[in-house]
Amino acid sequence: MIEIGLGHYLSLGAIIFFLGVIGIFLNRKNVIVILMSIELILLAVNINLISFSIFSGNIVGQIFTMLILTVAAAEAAIGLAIIVVYYRNRGSIRVEDIHGMKG
Amino acid sequence: MIIHSVFFYFFSIIAIFSSLMVITSRSTINSVFFLILDFISVGCLFIMVGAEFLGMILLIVYVGAVAVLFLFVVMMLNVAEQKQSWFIGKKSTHIPTGLIVSVLILLELLVVVGGWKYKEDLMSSSTLVISNISNTHQLGLVMYTDYILYFQLAGIILLLAMIGAILLTFRERVGVKKQNYFNQISRSPSTAIELKDVKSNEGVKIDD
Repeated sequence: MIEIGLGHYLSLGAIIFFLGVIGIFLNRKNVIVILMSIELILLAVNINLISFSIFSGNIVGQIFTMLILTVAAAEAAIGLAIIVVYYRNRGSIRVEDIHGMKG
Repeated sequence: MIIHSVFFYFFSIIAIFSSLMVITSRSTINSVFFLILDFISVGCLFIMVGAEFLGMILLIVYVGAVAVLFLFVVMMLNVAEQKQSWFIGKKSTHIPTGLIVSVLILLELLVVVGGWKYKEDLMSSSTLVISNISNTHQLGLVMYTDYILYFQLAGIILLLAMIGAILLTFRERVGVKKQNYFNQISRSPSTAIELKDVKSNEGVKIDD
């Protein structure tokens, strides 16, 4: 309990991942909160990669963390651009209103 | 080592609380603020565990760029505050399935954590390697030599994201006067100047 090991960091990552997944599934509000939940999930993955990298003494995990950071930033930019375009066309970004988009 | 655990529990409790608030708070702007708090506390955890460079990158890139981008979009879109939280919905048929899947994912991840506790050859925090060269130096030694292709690919991904975001949000407005360089340069005296023969005491109409 006092000695902080790998398990503590992995538990923290698991809890944040779980909260992100719950935020995606149970969202009744707008799409921006879903994008933020995706950011939470990627953050949990980063916690896992960094703690494995530190506790096993291998630097490669941090390299991949940096790649995940890059992809997350790109994904946030593209997703927010799509949301802006959708709001401009429809005037609403609530999840219930986007249900009508069926291909 | 007790200081390490005290700081770990402090930052991780703040991180868990703020990520809970991200998905439950009513207004979107509060969610963005709690997302910023979450990134900051996890960045402090990274710095604490020994990955200083990535902790700083998390602070700079996420808090400085991505969270501010979220903030700008939320302020631009005039998202109305929902009266009810997401627990009460009219057509909430997918909520039980979502809860079951999420709880199963949490249980599986915790089982994985429990399995890792019995692996012996991993270090605990009291025996972390303190090497002579810094974390940033180590990262640079590996990233620009062995992983240079991945580095370049990350740059290409960022470039594509920039092009895509600009293309998606670009729109041509009607009725806005713009400078057209080609038209300006390609004018010649024969098209720009018109000579008129003005008779005395009559004047001439110029805008036709």
